[in-house]
Amino acid sequence: MHRRSLLAGAAFALAIGAAPASAQQRTEVTFWYGLGGALGERVQEQVERFNRSQDRYRVNATFRGSYVEVMTGAIAAWRAGNPPHIAQVFEVGTATMMAAGPAIKPVHELFREAGVEIDPKRDLAGVRGYYSDTQGRLVSMPHNSSSALMWVNLDAFEKAGITDIPRTWREVRAAAEKLKAANATPCVMTTTWPTWVLFEQQSAIHDVGLATRANGFEGLDTELQLTHPFFQKHIQFIADLHRDGLFRYGGRDNAAGNLFPSGECAIGFGSSAARAQIQRDAKFRWASVPLPYHDDVIQSPRNGVIGGASLWVLTARNRTPAEYAAVAAFFEFISRPEEDAWWHQVTGYVPLTKAAYEKSKAEGFYERNPGADAAIIQLSRAEPTPNSQGFRLGGMVEIRNIIQEELEKVFQGQQTVAQALEAANRRGNQVLRNFERANRS
Amino acid sequence: MRKKVIFPQVGLPYLLLLPQLAITFVFFFLPAGQAIWFSFLRQDAFGIRTEFVGLENFVELFQDPLYLDSVWITLVFSFWVTALAMSVALGLAVLADRHIRGATAYKTLLIWPYAIAPAVAAVLWIFIFHPQIGLLGKFLNGIGVRWDYKLNGTQALITVIVASAWKQVSYNFLFFLAGLQSIPRSVLEAAAIDGASPARRFWTVVFPLLSPTTFFLLVINLTYAFFDTFGVIDALTKGGPAKATSTLIYRAYIDGRVNLDLGSSSAQSVVLMLAVIALTAVQFRFIERKVHY
Repeated sequence: MHRRSLLAGAAFALAIGAAPASAQQRTEVTFWYGLGGALGERVQEQVERFNRSQDRYRVNATFRGSYVEVMTGAIAAWRAGNPPHIAQVFEVGTATMMAAGPAIKPVHELFREAGVEIDPKRDLAGVRGYYSDTQGRLVSMPHNSSSALMWVNLDAFEKAGITDIPRTWREVRAAAEKLKAANATPCVMTTTWPTWVLFEQQSAIHDVGLATRANGFEGLDTELQLTHPFFQKHIQFIADLHRDGLFRYGGRDNAAGNLFPSGECAIGFGSSAARAQIQRDAKFRWASVPLPYHDDVIQSPRNGVIGGASLWVLTARNRTPAEYAAVAAFFEFISRPEEDAWWHQVTGYVPLTKAAYEKSKAEGFYERNPGADAAIIQLSRAEPTPNSQGFRLGGMVEIRNIIQEELEKVFQGQQTVAQALEAANRRGNQVLRNFERANRS
Repeated sequence: MRKKVIFPQVGLPYLLLLPQLAITFVFFFLPAGQAIWFSFLRQDAFGIRTEFVGLENFVELFQDPLYLDSVWITLVFSFWVTALAMSVALGLAVLADRHIRGATAYKTLLIWPYAIAPAVAAVLWIFIFHPQIGLLGKFLNGIGVRWDYKLNGTQALITVIVASAWKQVSYNFLFFLAGLQSIPRSVLEAAAIDGASPARRFWTVVFPLLSPTTFFLLVINLTYAFFDTFGVIDALTKGGPAKATSTLIYRAYIDGRVNLDLGSSSAQSVVLMLAVIALTAVQFRFIERKVHY
């Protein structure tokens, strides 16, 4: 009897011992991301759901600071031989990552090796194109994509007696003059992300290349075309708005982010992902619509481009096929229509797949949230051309800053628009040449 | 004859020094050596393709008019930060050195800013200088001064100078106060009996006796302005508008960490390293002679 209980005890102990052991056999992969606050919580929720949905893999997601910090951190970790499996890299880092050759594993290769079949046609073209190579194969996994929109304060518009939301820049100027005359808000109009909104988006919408060689998609020998008459015209238009007190420069990147939600400016240009913040903070009626265009340049505007970030798979010497399989399974999971639609609805980022868009439509999401589909419409209203599929420029963070710097000098009255564009073009091309030289194999 | 302390074994003194030497080597010499090596290379962000380019990074740097602008901005910035931080601190220390009610409380309060992280300090200054939400910024715009440090380079430079100097005042204050308290009362009393006015007593007795402290603080403050003001600049202006507040250290950060150009960033670090070595050498060689210990 004694012996039997001992045996039973031993069997029991084995049984308990075995249970955690099978859990421990889950393949673990790490995921670094750069979304703070509420968006970061959504990332964690989704990862949690993935981990619960199966028992073979576990993704450990960690917040690693800003986009810049995630990218430099991941690169430093790769150099030290211990990078995360997945790194979230913002869209302007795309060219740098793509040029990294042995450091990254293209997503199409990852899927092929893991035996995951995904139909490329299921994705929204504007999202997919940005992260694809010239053969249309996905290189990084689209994750959080936004597009730039025009946000308008409807209360201020009513006060100024404006009934129609402007669609062209000409109409924007007319509305701005009325807003100023009615003194509807302290500031008429501003923009966040000046380079992204005023240069990148506008070049795509008007089908004018920001740079040669299909904005860098076709090669490292790309050159900026900032001196193109279109930029000359458009930036002069913005500079005139500024001179006439109709436009306020609110600072670089997202520094002007509070000017619209706080009610300071009646018109704000910015990311569609600002929706959650505006919903929470704005004490007035508002609407979000596609960006305006110059109707004397183009009659039917092209698609806008995305911003945001994508997920890159990093290599390391000791990576096992099981680890790559885990990453592939996670990517497959987040692109399922129900997951994709959830992500789109709770964050304000655009979905990756058409199915998620259809699902949100069917659920009546856009009727409950008018304007939440403005970014999707803007991204998919036309088939992307070489000028509107996205940007693949090395050192693009630096180029964005150069453009912002030169723009600031225009607003300060230190130089003309022509001088600014010429200087930005020259300095930006220097960055491209340095990148080309450093990355030529 | 002086008696030397001699260790019986040869190894022991080295063993005792080892931890400190190891720390110095790992955290100072190794990264500095790496920076020097990288400054001769051109490489992509991942370090996959590396090319030895000799002095090219340095040549490019000194041919870049924007870099030379940065040098000038750094000089202006450092001068004003040091001058402001030291003069305000000295004034406060002289005032706090008197016998006044609640002197301890004042002293404690004056030391607080030093404990504040640069980013937090910058946020505090945003609430003062911001053209729309800042107290002073709003006031200035209200009375018709066009104040917008996001667009006006001079105003941006003033903003970062004031914020950087403010953070250093506490530190200087502590040292000046300690310096003042160590001045023998008898000297001051003798001067007073000789009929010297308070101002004269300060400039002819107190100030010269404070000179070791002042000299020490001068070195510390210049080093601070050169190297430790990064946080304030990053949080307040990000080096802008245009490049109006882009100091050498800020540019080295941007080029290295944001633009991922390690070669140029390392070259800039090496230039900074040489500048500080030169600065310190000059200070000790020439200024120290005139200091009374």
